[in-house]
Amino acid sequence: MSDVAHDATELAPPAELGEMELYHPKTWIGKYVWSQDAKTIAIQYAVTAIAIGLVALALSLLMRLQLGFPNSFNLIDPSNYLQFVTMHGMIMVIYLLTALFLGGFGNYLIPLMVGARDMVFPYLNMISYWVYLGAVLILVASFFVTGGPTGSGWTLYPPQSISPGTPGIDWGIILMLVSLILFIIGFTMGGLNYVVTVLQARTRGMSLMRLPLTVWGIFTATVLALLAFPALFVSCIMMLLDLVLGTSFFMPAMISLGEQTAYDGGSPILFQHLFWFFGHPEVYIVALPAFGMVSDILSTHARKAIFGYRMMVWAIVGIGALSFVVWAHHMYVSGMNPLFGFFFATTTLIIAVPTAIKVYNWVLTLWQGNIRLTIPMMFAIGFVFTFINGGLTGLFLGNVTVDLPLSDTYFVIAHFHMVMGVSPILVVFAAIYHWYPKITGRFLDDTLGKIHFWMTLLGTYAIYYPMHYLGFEGLPRRYFAYGDTAFMSESSQDLNAAITIAAFIVAAAQLVFIYNMIRSITGGKPAGDNPWEATTLEWQTEHTPPQHGNFAEDLPVVYRWAYDYALPGAKDDFIPQNVPPSAVVYEDEADDAEGGTGKTS
Amino acid sequence: MTFTVIIMVFIMGGVVWWTVRQTIGTTPWTAEESTLEINDIGFVSSQDGIRTHSMKIGLGVFLAVATSVFALFVSAYLIRMELSDWRPLAEPTLLWANTALLVLSSICLQWGVISGRRNEFESMARGLLGGGVFAIAFLVGQLMAWDELAAAGMYLNTNPANTFFYLLTAIHGLHLLGGVYVWGTTMIRTRSPADNERVKLSVELCAAYWHFLLVIWLVLFALLSST
Repeated sequence: MSDVAHDATELAPPAELGEMELYHPKTWIGKYVWSQDAKTIAIQYAVTAIAIGLVALALSLLMRLQLGFPNSFNLIDPSNYLQFVTMHGMIMVIYLLTALFLGGFGNYLIPLMVGARDMVFPYLNMISYWVYLGAVLILVASFFVTGGPTGSGWTLYPPQSISPGTPGIDWGIILMLVSLILFIIGFTMGGLNYVVTVLQARTRGMSLMRLPLTVWGIFTATVLALLAFPALFVSCIMMLLDLVLGTSFFMPAMISLGEQTAYDGGSPILFQHLFWFFGHPEVYIVALPAFGMVSDILSTHARKAIFGYRMMVWAIVGIGALSFVVWAHHMYVSGMNPLFGFFFATTTLIIAVPTAIKVYNWVLTLWQGNIRLTIPMMFAIGFVFTFINGGLTGLFLGNVTVDLPLSDTYFVIAHFHMVMGVSPILVVFAAIYHWYPKITGRFLDDTLGKIHFWMTLLGTYAIYYPMHYLGFEGLPRRYFAYGDTAFMSESSQDLNAAITIAAFIVAAAQLVFIYNMIRSITGGKPAGDNPWEATTLEWQTEHTPPQHGNFAEDLPVVYRWAYDYALPGAKDDFIPQNVPPSAVVYEDEADDAEGGTGKTS
Repeated sequence: MTFTVIIMVFIMGGVVWWTVRQTIGTTPWTAEESTLEINDIGFVSSQDGIRTHSMKIGLGVFLAVATSVFALFVSAYLIRMELSDWRPLAEPTLLWANTALLVLSSICLQWGVISGRRNEFESMARGLLGGGVFAIAFLVGQLMAWDELAAAGMYLNTNPANTFFYLLTAIHGLHLLGGVYVWGTTMIRTRSPADNERVKLSVELCAAYWHFLLVIWLVLFALLSST
């Protein structure tokens, strides 16, 4: 039978760690509020992240209103516009995507997928969420303080971010920096958990090379985040000192509003280096979990083993390692040494190699698969398309000479929204449709799901495709209004109006999705334990939704990798990870030959 | 940023090397034989030292995070130093005495670790006590060094060199203060002999953390006084 399984073995190594002692809450508050159960914490993280994400979505609509129909809405003035831009970017990248992928999906899926009862440090895990919530509330508070939130752009570049004249100079910027510092502290607590749980709490037989790619993605992203967030931490502290105590880390000598400031000799470029040393890995902190999850979703719904599993793992680790040496491609216009530019352009293009490997492998996984066009599968395929689109424009911008004219135009906006906005969000949707039946025990509504998918996919293309053209024309980003500018064609304003209309349609689709999520908790079709016929351990729990402690009295033992779909000769077309080779039923052994869905190749 | 990149190369190199060991280095054919006998027993106790304790791995990961924080501060220091307005600071000589205190603190904790491994728990508690007392003395000494500088008119925003001095010592001191908190809870635990094994683990974790902070301090001290 050795020829039929990837590396399935009858033997599982002994457990090396004893059963963990679970904390059993006695009160309702202990169970649902101050919860130490990773699944509850995951839901807390996800609900908070989605709620603040909706705020960011609303902000983007306000921006679009101004851009599509300039000067028609009195409620938006130039300062507000910059504040919306800033808060939209910061919330989407950090408070929504990072928190949702790592805090939300990481907490829910890591323990279940590796066959653990919970995270290794549950108490720390609980604190992690509450610190995150504190960070979110402080961020929200900045909308209500004198002067409003900061309007310095999500990159917070000094000297502008802490100089008079920038919106939010009174309190907004302070609250932003404090909120970020808190977020990083909270994340570090969670991140320690994710890493140590993957390293220590895997069940018997779950070797690293049997981990589902979701876990690999989240694990590597967490390692990146743990090492990269310190750069944001350091720059936030130093900027806070510049702002509050008048030090000159980043602030040069300058004349502001006609007066010489007390600052002297600081280096704004130093901030840019620190910021992007965090900022670039951040792209992969968001992308790697998405890569992992989409791999599992594609494989499950195509009923076919992921193509090139080891290559996929190596690509994830390789992208992670490379992501630390490309940061200065965000700074080509800062006047850097051409040799530096050459170095960073080269490393940037090299990172396309492992990324392309992943894309090929996704496509090859679909090739000759038995594709079930479920909602999660549609979103996953949508992701592959969108990621290729966004990735290709990245090759343009990675080259110094092409980047210089395109820098700070709508081309850049289109690129990064495609590659790290829409793509990961499509995976978020795919993942929610895929795992919702496990989390709640019920399916999301199929028709509403299809409406949501098509409106979102086509709508986002309607938004971002035209932006490439606006960028080619030289339309600069972050401008409140363009007025009469010679280089802009008249039709660009029409395009902007069309984009705004598309943005509202996409936003409406998200309301359909939110309605679907709320309604399906009680009104959805019951899903059973393993509705997608998936192999990974989270679908093999005794109860759905999984109870405190995840698994029954005995932890599952793993005998095979996570991708035994359509095993040649096997009766069923999927074999869960906890089924030993001796328990697999083969067609020639089966009593009636026509039964079973297993296909031979 | 070169400094940070070098540190990152080492850390990421470690991650990649570890992954290589897990993948290319595995020999399932030999593992299969070795698991044959114990397969039926299932669980092997962690007390046998087969698996490193999760707390130790957790601390190791945290130290990697802290390394990243300090490496970035050092990088910022090196970049900012190149600019024209930098006037080197004359560090107080008190720092030498403080360094000695921190070394003593580390030695005491190491003594505690060695005693713990020999199951000499009274000696272990003494080592722990000494380690904490010297660490607190170090922190007081750092505050006195600040006081000395401030008395000489060297305030936080007088010059970037001063700012970095206060900032780096403060961040280092805060890390140590966090360690002192854990030390305090461990000291309370030493009272009940039933907790000996738990205390032993805490002493080992404290010692590792202290050694790390000592190395960081030596790097920072060398950097601050050489420029």
